[in-house]
Amino acid sequence: MREQPSQPSMPEGAWRPGRAWPLVAAALCLLAAVGLACAASAPPTSSTALDDRVREIASDLRCVVCQNLSVADSPSDLAREMRNLIRELVQQGKSRQEIQDYFVSRYGEFVLLAPPKHGFSLLVWVLPFLALVIGAGGVYLVARRWATRPPGGPPPADPAYLDRVRRELHEREDGAA
Amino acid sequence: MSWKKALIPLATLPVILLLAYGFWTDPKAIPSPLVRKEAPNFRIAVFDGAEMSLASQRGKPVIVNFWASWCFPACYEEAPLMEATWRKYKDQGLVMVGVVIQDKDPNAREFMRRFGYSFPNGPDPGSKISIDFGVYGVPETFFIDRQGRIAYKQVGAVAPEVMEAQIQALLKGQGA
Amino acid sequence: MISTLGGFTIFLALGVALYAVIAAIAGARANREDWLASSRNAVLAHFCLVTLAIFLLEYALVTSDFSLRYVANTSTRGSLTRYKIAGLWGSLEGSILLWEWLQALFATLVVARYSDRHRELMPYVQAVLQGISVFFLALMAFGVNPFARVFPIPPDGRGLNPLLEVTDMLVHPLLLYLGYVGFSIPFAFAMAALITGRLSDEWLTITRRWTVVAWLFLTCGIFYGGWWSYRTLGWGGYWAWDPVENASFMPWLTGTAFIHSVMIQERKRMLKVWNLLLITLTFSLVIFGTFLTRSGILGSVHAFADGPVGVMFLGFLTLVLLFSFGLIAYRSDRLKGRGELDSVVSRESAFLLNNLVLVGICFTVFLGTVFPLLSEALRGAKVSVGTPYFNRVSVPLGMSLVLLMGIGPLIAWGRASLNNLRRNFLKPLLAAVLGTALLYGLGVHEFPALLAFLCCFFALGAIVFEFTVATRARARATGESRVAAFATLLLKSRRRYGGLIVHVGVIVAIIGIAISSIYKVEHEQTLRVGESLTIGRYVIRFDGLAAGERPTHVLVWANLAATKDGASLGELTPGQRFYPNQQSPFASVDARYRWNEDLYVVLSAFERDGKSATIKAMINPMISWIWIGGAIILLGVIVAVLPERRLAMLALRSRPQEA
Repeated sequence: MREQPSQPSMPEGAWRPGRAWPLVAAALCLLAAVGLACAASAPPTSSTALDDRVREIASDLRCVVCQNLSVADSPSDLAREMRNLIRELVQQGKSRQEIQDYFVSRYGEFVLLAPPKHGFSLLVWVLPFLALVIGAGGVYLVARRWATRPPGGPPPADPAYLDRVRRELHEREDGAA
Repeated sequence: MSWKKALIPLATLPVILLLAYGFWTDPKAIPSPLVRKEAPNFRIAVFDGAEMSLASQRGKPVIVNFWASWCFPACYEEAPLMEATWRKYKDQGLVMVGVVIQDKDPNAREFMRRFGYSFPNGPDPGSKISIDFGVYGVPETFFIDRQGRIAYKQVGAVAPEVMEAQIQALLKGQGA
Repeated sequence: MISTLGGFTIFLALGVALYAVIAAIAGARANREDWLASSRNAVLAHFCLVTLAIFLLEYALVTSDFSLRYVANTSTRGSLTRYKIAGLWGSLEGSILLWEWLQALFATLVVARYSDRHRELMPYVQAVLQGISVFFLALMAFGVNPFARVFPIPPDGRGLNPLLEVTDMLVHPLLLYLGYVGFSIPFAFAMAALITGRLSDEWLTITRRWTVVAWLFLTCGIFYGGWWSYRTLGWGGYWAWDPVENASFMPWLTGTAFIHSVMIQERKRMLKVWNLLLITLTFSLVIFGTFLTRSGILGSVHAFADGPVGVMFLGFLTLVLLFSFGLIAYRSDRLKGRGELDSVVSRESAFLLNNLVLVGICFTVFLGTVFPLLSEALRGAKVSVGTPYFNRVSVPLGMSLVLLMGIGPLIAWGRASLNNLRRNFLKPLLAAVLGTALLYGLGVHEFPALLAFLCCFFALGAIVFEFTVATRARARATGESRVAAFATLLLKSRRRYGGLIVHVGVIVAIIGIAISSIYKVEHEQTLRVGESLTIGRYVIRFDGLAAGERPTHVLVWANLAATKDGASLGELTPGQRFYPNQQSPFASVDARYRWNEDLYVVLSAFERDGKSATIKAMINPMISWIWIGGAIILLGVIVAVLPERRLAMLALRSRPQEA
């Protein structure tokens, strides 16, 4: 036999100082500790700044004998020679742009893994951003249109209470549906 | 249905057309930016010979052929044509150079012995020459005119007709 | 004999499927029940015929009947039996037959299950499903015949690409195909709803579970593919934004958007047109994906193309697009929703944003995939669109999705008041900031990592918060223990909490992706015997080279002794496999896969005399979390789709004191 609670059950989302903190905090500390342990286990002592620079530049160049791999990732022989060449060029003090131009003059724009940000290729960089902005505008307009439709029903009740009722109703629907 | 609504399905057609265009392209072919430009100079240590440089051949038509002994079957198919072409045109001033990519010397020499190569061939340590020429596979052949410009690049084995036509054009003088 | 019989079976199945389409449509229009019954029988007959065809091809494969060209191409006498069986989907023709069989199977199940209950919709559902089958059968009958003969009969087959003769090949393609074919069912119902004008939510409710299950298969297929690539290919990565990989990702994106926006239509009767568009787009992207794989217009490691197939696929894709979009346009007047919202700031808006981001990512992936073609068509210049582009665009969008996963559960349907927002958001936000600050204090300084952790902690915090509050409320209300309350909560509102578990899985996977990319360490070095390379806290010593013959190849491997902080970890033996038919060797990766980090080693090159070898070693922190996240997603979906009856019984059993 259930005993009647002395007060109505807390609406979900209410502020209840103290209770949920330990659980949430503990879970997050655990996650943090784990994440840190992994991140800390690989200090970059073995690869030098030169290695990093070569890798960085090589990741933006396409391995021309592979399908879709960068020069940095590719296991092929030609890619290895290209990495060596990049290393030499970096040691000669060439900048990233100069090295990219070096390969583009020999293989064409195709060798860049991401198209240059000028000319026709600028389209591929700009269009997604544009699409998102237009989409976001559309979403806002739609949401606003829905929100300003005259509500034909009874005056709105207390939102928190309504939330709770809706939530419980949905849960019941979920269980039964 | 009003014409405005018909637009919606029709709007998908440009994408279809673009995809259809794809049937005419070869995703593996990389157009070379070097064609009609001056060929990059290189020095090569010819097998059993002295060093040779491309710049010193200015004024003569030059064929540079990139190959490897592990390149099967294409290099094996075009090798007899290479040697035959050399023998036919060497007295007319044609220069032919073979560059061996990422191969072991013994294997390269065996390949040359097998096909009786009598024109100069040499290795490309570090693949510098290959990269300078924008080589991305074997075999590739470059036809260079008397002014030192790349007239034509052949990717894959050279067909006899193409070889003849290109050499005639090179020999005639001004090149492309 | 098999060849003739098989070919004949295909033609017969094509005819039967065609009949099923026509009889269904005619029966529905003329209201003739006998025609409809006949068409349903045709569906069953069609399935039996296709099953027969598969059986014939498998028989030929297992008995190594090389008079069939397909068998000669995909198996050898020496292959293990299970790989001979897998040869069915190892190459183009067989993969189409397998797809068609799955399509026929699903159609039969759907017809058997729903014909009694939804008499108005079902004939058209059946017509669409069988219509798809007609296409795939026509592909085989008039395009690439799996039963084609080869002459002269070769003494031994060429065999599958050695990369494919692994256990993974038995799993990955099947998972993907189940996902792809599964999406045709909600699509068929959507088309039927449009054709019949029954534009209520009926079609959504019926197909809800099918959609989620199809989505699950596709998700598992994609995760499994990444896992397979990672363990096998030797470049230490799991996703290369290859056109064919993108082609499997795009329907996944729109499918996920669809699953979410469907919830809005169910609750609020809004977004009808949008949902129809989404499912049409999802199915079209599935067809587009197989078109890319089999037409060869975009270069890919996964593509296997042949002749007229590409053109036929493009034709079918055109048909699907024109037909479905045309139908939607035709009915658009009757599809206006009744939506009402109390405020722009509400859970509905969060779902709309979810759709925006997912479709935005899909649009970007599509643009990046076809841009090389576009550039060549309009400019004549070939460009590459690869990893740097896709990462730069999808990472910020991915992070906003994670944020939405946190915001969604915390924000109310209809209207979220400021009070409401403040109460709900505060704790997870605080926890996220604290967690991130803690990490910063402990040494994590890279901004991308901190940002990623902030978003992920927030979302995880919101979900944990949701679980704990609901559990507590229930426990207090019913007097159950916390554990029992939690379990009953899962069982009673399984869609909701199953969905939240799926979100947890996604976040875990995203943490894995972020950390393994940001903190990846790589080092390649040429070592002589006895020399070592150091990477992180590991020291790897090259002890020598060895070679040995295996049944199908020659294996050359390096013996490496690995230690971590001085303690021995045993031996690692990365190598290279040399196959007689292949020009270059395949990598044989060796690695230590652990939940916190992977030590991944590859033999890049070696000297013939065995005196030196080039070793590439990588540390991939937390990369296993990606696969673990996938497993959590699987768990979440299972919770979400558990059938009711079993559930009710479990619930009853756990609450004996209910008055």
